[in-house]
Amino acid sequence: MMKLDFGGLESASQFHGVDSELVDGLSSAPSFEIPNTTNFDGFQKEAIQMVKPAKGTTTLAFIFKEGVMVAADSRASMGGYISSQSVKKIIEINPYMLGTMAGGAADCQFWHRNLGIKCRLHELANKRRISVTGASKLLANILYSYRGMGLSVGTMIAGWDETGPGLYYVDSEGGRLKGNRFSVGSGSPYAYGVLDSGYRYDMSVEEAAELARRAIYHATFRDGASGGVASVYHVGPNGWKKLSGDDVGELYYKYNPVTPSTVEQEMAEAAGP
Amino acid sequence: MTKQQANWSPYDNNGGSCVAIAGADYCVIAADTRMSTGYNILTRECSKITKLADKCMMASSGFQADVKALQKLLAARHLIYQHQHNKQMSCPAMAQLLSNTLYYKRFFPYYSFNVLGGLDSEGKGCVYTYDAVGSYERVGYSSQGSGSTLIMPFLDNQLKSPSPLLLPAQDAVTPLSESEAVDLVKTVFASATERDIYTGDKLEIVVVNAEGIRSEYMDLRKD
Repeated sequence: MMKLDFGGLESASQFHGVDSELVDGLSSAPSFEIPNTTNFDGFQKEAIQMVKPAKGTTTLAFIFKEGVMVAADSRASMGGYISSQSVKKIIEINPYMLGTMAGGAADCQFWHRNLGIKCRLHELANKRRISVTGASKLLANILYSYRGMGLSVGTMIAGWDETGPGLYYVDSEGGRLKGNRFSVGSGSPYAYGVLDSGYRYDMSVEEAAELARRAIYHATFRDGASGGVASVYHVGPNGWKKLSGDDVGELYYKYNPVTPSTVEQEMAEAAGP
Repeated sequence: MTKQQANWSPYDNNGGSCVAIAGADYCVIAADTRMSTGYNILTRECSKITKLADKCMMASSGFQADVKALQKLLAARHLIYQHQHNKQMSCPAMAQLLSNTLYYKRFFPYYSFNVLGGLDSEGKGCVYTYDAVGSYERVGYSSQGSGSTLIMPFLDNQLKSPSPLLLPAQDAVTPLSESEAVDLVKTVFASATERDIYTGDKLEIVVVNAEGIRSEYMDLRKD
């Protein structure tokens, strides 16, 4: 029988010794129920198709001279239906670490919250903050133990610890990569195009923010599953700070201003003084 | 001999639509009362709305057996909370509890599309919207269920407010009064009933405000 990491769901040990019948389903953190079927994969495929959990995204993060820049869109789609245009895809794990959300919204929300709890417990147990390396490893190990069960998580852990800025990519296949530049999600190819061509290590915070914003904007322009509001965060030595949140519909007109045509200009002059 | 597959599904869809709208000091939660399976109507008088806490109501559409199980679980957890903390659960706390409860069945989901509505700790209206596996978000209004694709665009047209993600932040309170919101809900369901076969019969409206909770009913088309 597969051994799963239930570390995220440790039930209160105060219930030890109590008849498990009473406690089942009522203990503060029951373990995951598995359906009683011979074809687990087939069942998961059907269940996910029926339930259509919210997903679809563009997220990106990169390290530069002044720290880490993190940006994401805010659209969640269920099949072809846009279920929300205001999803928070940049999750504040603690004041100096951010996580991005791509893939299944519920999977990302739940496991990032769980990671935040584990990071806080680490702080309390060790009297010092957890490193970005450590936090990303915690998450990667949990996701690896659920490998093959249908979780869909493509996340980046960005933060500033004692060794400086840190950025890791972690996914539900069990992958964990350290890097300087990542983009994740259905819109990532488009974001990479803009990000890779405009990237320089020695940018100022404003330049880096504008690059991140434009990369998200271009991805939302071309990818139907991305849209809403482009949020940009900066992680520096004193923690993260949200720099901007712009509606991508309005960003379009900022990057492609509408100049009045000659006819309209004449009319305006005629109607003038 | 080819591998035998199960010829039954643990799920069914009983249809129906739910809506919730948050105001400055009130929250309106509404759902139709039709319960169907396939092309048959099982009953015209099934309530999809339940009271989870003093200032917190939940409306759920989807598979009513899973909805019932979910309601019972949440009610039990709320009772334990009351015993342990000597107070009612706040709406935001219940919202997180519902999210976790849904996610614990990530590999055998509750086929339940929920909308939570009530007053937050400051007395302002709040609505939380969920997908079936627990991802959730606080919003100003939401609809779920078979008629949601018909209802949501209309609510967007009438109620859409600046996204909470915008920076600098813009105020996003629904400008409607309580009676206007109730009228809007009645209009919305009347329209959804016209074009969705699973929505109709009767509309149950629940309004939560500082004075308490009151219910209202309105007939919808029964065809």
